[in-house]
Amino acid sequence: MVVDTSRPVARAADASRVRGRRDRGGKNPGRLRRSLSTHWYAWAMVAPVVAVIGVIVGYPLVRGVYLSTTNADEANVERHIGVNHIPATYESVGLDNYTAILSDGVFWDRLGWTVVWTVSCVALSFTLGLGLATLLNRKLAGRSLYRMALILPWAVPAFVSVFTWRLLFNEKKGLLNQLLAGGGIDAVPWLNDPTWAKLSVITVNVWLGVPFMLVAMLGGLQSIPGELYEAAEMDGASPWQRFRHITLPGLRTVSSTVILISGIWTFNMFPVIFLLTRGGPGDATEILVTYAYRLSFVVSPRDFSGSAAWGVLILLLLSFFAVIYRRALRKQGEVW
Amino acid sequence: MSTDASAETSTETVTKTTAETTDEAQQATPVRKFRPRGERGPLASVGLHVTLLIAAAVAVLPPLWLLVTSFKPQSEAFSTALVKDFTVANYDHVLNDTHFLSWLANSLLVVGLTTVIGVFISATTGYAVSRFKFPGMRPLMWLLLITQMFPVAVLIVPLYNLLASLGLLNQPVGLVITYLTIAVPFCAWMMKGYFDTVPVEIDEAGRVDGLNPFGTFWRLIVPLAKPGLAVTGFYSFITGWAEVAYASAFMTGEENLTLAGGLQTFVNQYTSDWGSLTAAAVIVAVPAAVIFGFAQRHLVSGLTAGATKS
Repeated sequence: MVVDTSRPVARAADASRVRGRRDRGGKNPGRLRRSLSTHWYAWAMVAPVVAVIGVIVGYPLVRGVYLSTTNADEANVERHIGVNHIPATYESVGLDNYTAILSDGVFWDRLGWTVVWTVSCVALSFTLGLGLATLLNRKLAGRSLYRMALILPWAVPAFVSVFTWRLLFNEKKGLLNQLLAGGGIDAVPWLNDPTWAKLSVITVNVWLGVPFMLVAMLGGLQSIPGELYEAAEMDGASPWQRFRHITLPGLRTVSSTVILISGIWTFNMFPVIFLLTRGGPGDATEILVTYAYRLSFVVSPRDFSGSAAWGVLILLLLSFFAVIYRRALRKQGEVW
Repeated sequence: MSTDASAETSTETVTKTTAETTDEAQQATPVRKFRPRGERGPLASVGLHVTLLIAAAVAVLPPLWLLVTSFKPQSEAFSTALVKDFTVANYDHVLNDTHFLSWLANSLLVVGLTTVIGVFISATTGYAVSRFKFPGMRPLMWLLLITQMFPVAVLIVPLYNLLASLGLLNQPVGLVITYLTIAVPFCAWMMKGYFDTVPVEIDEAGRVDGLNPFGTFWRLIVPLAKPGLAVTGFYSFITGWAEVAYASAFMTGEENLTLAGGLQTFVNQYTSDWGSLTAAAVIVAVPAAVIFGFAQRHLVSGLTAGATKS
């Protein structure tokens, strides 16, 4: 349980509102009891989420961290072969997994590509989403039609889209290469050449990510009061100045949230890479998450401890990123 | 409009189309006398529509091509021509000769449960976080944020073991619980933002009329928050419908797979049955698109309520 039910608490600021018409505590209430009677509504409402997260994320996380300090792999974990039960024989190896990973070039290679992948995907889809949202945020014939069309990639399940792109990217017979051949251009090895494969996965992910950005940005744009633009226009601000000094600041809260969220999503974007290239060719498009998955489910023998260590490192990186990001925002006056 | 003015218009609109991403066209500068606010010259209109048309084409083409391909005979899956020999053989094959229907049933069960439970518990959590100040609130917010960044990789092996020891492997319930942990943190976050936009006075009015906090939440706030609920429901639905990693790791055996796992069996190292894949993919995409159609009206308002206030 994450909620600190046992921690003595000072009376919360709006306790009277929460307490409502309830009895104001017993004769000689302990602080715990008082805070329990004050906050039990709130706690009851968050309890299911905390329970689910605690069991399904908390326990595996602790287990995962533990596994990452052992040498567990397919050959020495507890398993059943027929009726025989083979107990686990792996043992603790301390931080060996981590030192091995960090001193090996593979991790840094994958990390470099993951950063490139995350930054370019988020930057491209944010820019495109913002651009399209500005175009759509005005009186326009067929506006809702355009909006429907532009949001479509989001409505189609991601794995379906990814299969479709594989169909389009097919080197010998795919639509894209046939169109290029029609224009006299040689076939492009979309998914079979390391560089092209990287471009392809980024393209597909941007294609998938733009609708989310577009919708969020449209909402953000609509929340900017029109009077600001009128006033700026009166003062002779150019379109670019209006965009730069009204639109962008007005979008800051929305953008900071969606950039944080989509940054995290992209960093962990498993399906696109796994289904499009399986991390290939070689391991050219393998990001940290897919590589960790490969360690525990694809390679033989399955390397559970290595995979767990990769996972813990990924988590540390992301938490670090989130803390820095939040701190930066707070400096600019955002609080939660 | 005088010839003078239209000449000015065209030069001006040329500069405008080059700076497409600014919201220039709402307000024209030099010829303001002739053109009311919010109108744009013909060239700007053309530029706007061309840009949007290209973007829309890029967005629509892949799904459209999927649809077209699904009606082609297996042997012509890769021909560039539009449908020459229209056939529903792919659909027939998928529905009658594969496990597609049981995959569909599995997916519907898992996703339905995830959506219903996910929306409910993220709404209560969002409400609690939005309205009450209680000890553990900040840690909870952090927990919700951090849970979203949990990489599949760190959880998947221990979770696999956990589900195995609970006997939930290959059971829809196991997947439902897993998906809740993916969908709920984001949904609760979004619902909090949405509830923040509902005036507190409404709660107070309910309280005065003798409702307890649960009654206030259930009878007053939930009906007001329907758009937000639609968005969270949509998000949970899409999450479950499209999840690949957990589904392929936890569900084994042809008839236990969900759609995301099952479709992979059509095209892998050994076989590439693109005809069946496209037909199945179309059947999968349709319910998602329908749900999307219902939710999209509320999508913008719900999402940004969550985003702007978080």
